[in-house]
Amino acid sequence: MSRKVNLRIWRGDAKEGKLEDVSVEANEGEVVLDVIHRVQGTQMPDLAVRWNCKAGKCGSCSVEINGKPRLACMTRMNTFADDETITVTPLRAFPVIRDLVADVSFNYRKAMEVPSFAPPEDLKPGEYRMAQVDVERSQEFRKCIECFLCQDTCHVIRDHEENKRSFAGPRFFIRIAELDMHPLDRLRNRKQKAQEEHGLGMCNITKCCTEVCPEHIQITDNAIIPMKERVVDVKYDPIQWLGSRIRKREGIS
Amino acid sequence: MNNDIKFSRYNFDVVVIGAGGAGLRAAVEARQAGLRVAIICKSLFGKAHTVMAEGGAAAAMGNVNDNDGWEVHFRDTMRGGKFLNNWRMAELHAKESPDRIWELETWGALFDRTKDGRISQRNFGGHEYPRLAHVGDRTGLELIRTMQQKIVAMQQADAKEHGDAEKYLKVFAELTVTEILKDGEKVSGCYGYWRESGDEVLFEAPAVVLATGGIGKSFKITSNSWEGTGDGHALALRAGSALVDMEFVQFHPTGMVWPPSVRGILVTESVRGDGGVLTNSEGKRFMFNYIPEVFKDKYAENEAEADRWYEDQNNNRRPPELLPRDEVARAINSEVKAGRGSPRGGVYLDVSKRLPADEIKRRLPSMWHQFKELADVDITEQPMEVGPTCHYVMGGVKVDPDTAAAYEVPGLFAAGEVAGGMHGSNRLGGNSLSDLLVFGRRAGVGAAEYVRKHSSIRPSVSDKEIARAHNHLNEPFTRNGSENPYALHDELQNVTQDLVGIIRNERELSTALVRLDSIRNRAAQVKASGGRAFNPGFHLALDLENMLLVSESIARSALARKESRGGHTRDDFPKMDPNWRHTNHLSKWSGSQIEVEADKSEMLPSELIEVFEMDELKKYYTEAELAKDGN
Repeated sequence: MSRKVNLRIWRGDAKEGKLEDVSVEANEGEVVLDVIHRVQGTQMPDLAVRWNCKAGKCGSCSVEINGKPRLACMTRMNTFADDETITVTPLRAFPVIRDLVADVSFNYRKAMEVPSFAPPEDLKPGEYRMAQVDVERSQEFRKCIECFLCQDTCHVIRDHEENKRSFAGPRFFIRIAELDMHPLDRLRNRKQKAQEEHGLGMCNITKCCTEVCPEHIQITDNAIIPMKERVVDVKYDPIQWLGSRIRKREGIS
Repeated sequence: MNNDIKFSRYNFDVVVIGAGGAGLRAAVEARQAGLRVAIICKSLFGKAHTVMAEGGAAAAMGNVNDNDGWEVHFRDTMRGGKFLNNWRMAELHAKESPDRIWELETWGALFDRTKDGRISQRNFGGHEYPRLAHVGDRTGLELIRTMQQKIVAMQQADAKEHGDAEKYLKVFAELTVTEILKDGEKVSGCYGYWRESGDEVLFEAPAVVLATGGIGKSFKITSNSWEGTGDGHALALRAGSALVDMEFVQFHPTGMVWPPSVRGILVTESVRGDGGVLTNSEGKRFMFNYIPEVFKDKYAENEAEADRWYEDQNNNRRPPELLPRDEVARAINSEVKAGRGSPRGGVYLDVSKRLPADEIKRRLPSMWHQFKELADVDITEQPMEVGPTCHYVMGGVKVDPDTAAAYEVPGLFAAGEVAGGMHGSNRLGGNSLSDLLVFGRRAGVGAAEYVRKHSSIRPSVSDKEIARAHNHLNEPFTRNGSENPYALHDELQNVTQDLVGIIRNERELSTALVRLDSIRNRAAQVKASGGRAFNPGFHLALDLENMLLVSESIARSALARKESRGGHTRDDFPKMDPNWRHTNHLSKWSGSQIEVEADKSEMLPSELIEVFEMDELKKYYTEAELAKDGN
């Protein structure tokens, strides 16, 4: 059950590039990445595409398919009409390296800015006790495969290079939320830092990130909104504000 | 100085090649020892194949059943490997795994919990007690992310203390190493290129740790990602070290079978650990017919007992679906060959009748997701179609068990899948993630101690070595041939799959060697077009050389071993033979072909013999061996 499909693939590098049309076989059950590999093997041996696991687990093959951020390995060919031309382009929010490969180093720089897990000093390895129900909230965020599709789609940075300096993006909001909700993390001011240093306030909860997440993580509802709410509580509640001053705590709990 | 060769030059104490579990764990350890460490990732940081490990990490913490302990884990590991394992590695692994898991919690890992808040442990094939620390069915992701974040934490600390996050620990993403460099006998560094720019890179370092993972991409049907091309295996061979036990390749019993484009993608063993049963086209639970003699007293004889085990593990024996992987893979292979397979050439794996839908989604979320999205199958209602897939190579670089030092090349170390010996002829599920942690750490310690000991004279990299590495790297551009690397890779995969696969014999292995030789000749004619920057055709031309070395090593070792054991089955020598137990095969590279020689493995020391019943040992060891020990 094989058929011919038409692809339009962006080819080029940081300096220049263009869309190139190509016609290629597609077989039953295949995904966009299979078809791109067939193009590589038969027509464009140097076509650059990033991929690893081909099972939706590593988050490497992030591209834009018909303008939508997608994993090429999880996008089935049968979701397109037979005569549809499928356009595949590199992630728009990041600089292109070559063809379908984008420079995602922005995300690794942002990862460096998030304060790491602060372990309890009074517990030795093996002494950690946590209830399943308490770790589950953070576990949802730790499902993240770092495909950076949420970063790519986020309109705060998608077409606003100038915002990148002060905005960590949804991937790192869930990282902060994950640490904030970790039952044994000892750093107390994560939400406030998210607001003040990582640009949480710039997010106006359009939920685009949640929509593209291949792991179906509820980025907006379970991470961003709860953090925003708590930050607002603390910022505008004079009693909490006073309390935090008197107790000289580093931040908020 | 090579004025005509352009490359950037870095100087480190330790270069770790590979950024999966073993590589990252080694890097953490070497950094903690105060050394300057480079981590080289073939892909982006955090994408290595460890990410795909699903079921868990085996460690005898005894959180779920307190009868567990290192002796039991050691025993299970030796049994699983049919006693071919390097006993010292199996011992260290069993003893140190719990500490390695607990340590991950202090770095932020969040494992699933028991009711009393400790790390939960699940059942797995070949493990006597629930032993696998896990996070749903995405344990590998948790491991790699935890260590990735630990590296970041260490870099943040360095930034604070030394004003430079990369002063001691630098990550090089999407960089491929093509050569280990030597100064005389000793390692002096390595050479490769950045994919992003195509630029060549020289690393000067007295110690190099190989942590490059497996070889699965040499086979057609595999669970491995594009990275699994045996790079470290090949680097070690070409640097003059040796590989041990390369005939032992693990075919995981349950890979996806349909649709064709996902054929081989892993279906976690947790499905069986959590109650999934295997049936053939007649609806029979066939595994009861495949319990081998050596395991007869450990597994349930009938469905009733097997089903009771899920409720009461102390008074019932385990279901045969939880036999070690080699047994289950062979059984599936036999059922399909006998015409009792599914229409698409697999068998059925069904967990929908054992657990409620919600529980399946909670325990096996990524399996649910994978089948739903890629095969239109809802595993809470329907069975999965599964069949064997090339998953893991037990063979690898021969190392010193305690320090992970590679055979005969001072300064070279190896840990994780690229190292051999630990798993003998067959690895138990869950023993890989713990292996990465235990021996990754040991490689870090080993490399650090080596660097300290030899700190007075740093080895130097000669211009000649640089020219050699540069020329080798650029061969795909300078050749005159016209072979297509993709087509050759396809051919190579067909040869290994068809002739060096689950069931082997002399005739097919000999044919495989002839065909591999012809592919090697043609691979020398592969011509790459375009430039070096992010050029997958060029890259595959380099990978192809590695896969050819590895495939030849597997085929020659398999031809030499005239018995069946673990991940090596010969239909012309179908029995396991105690006279072969003490033989390991060493593969070495002569410069033109792989040469396999026999190496004698050591007998278990008496304190470890005591872990077993004598009746069991008699199944594996010769009378002479057991008599010598005074038993």
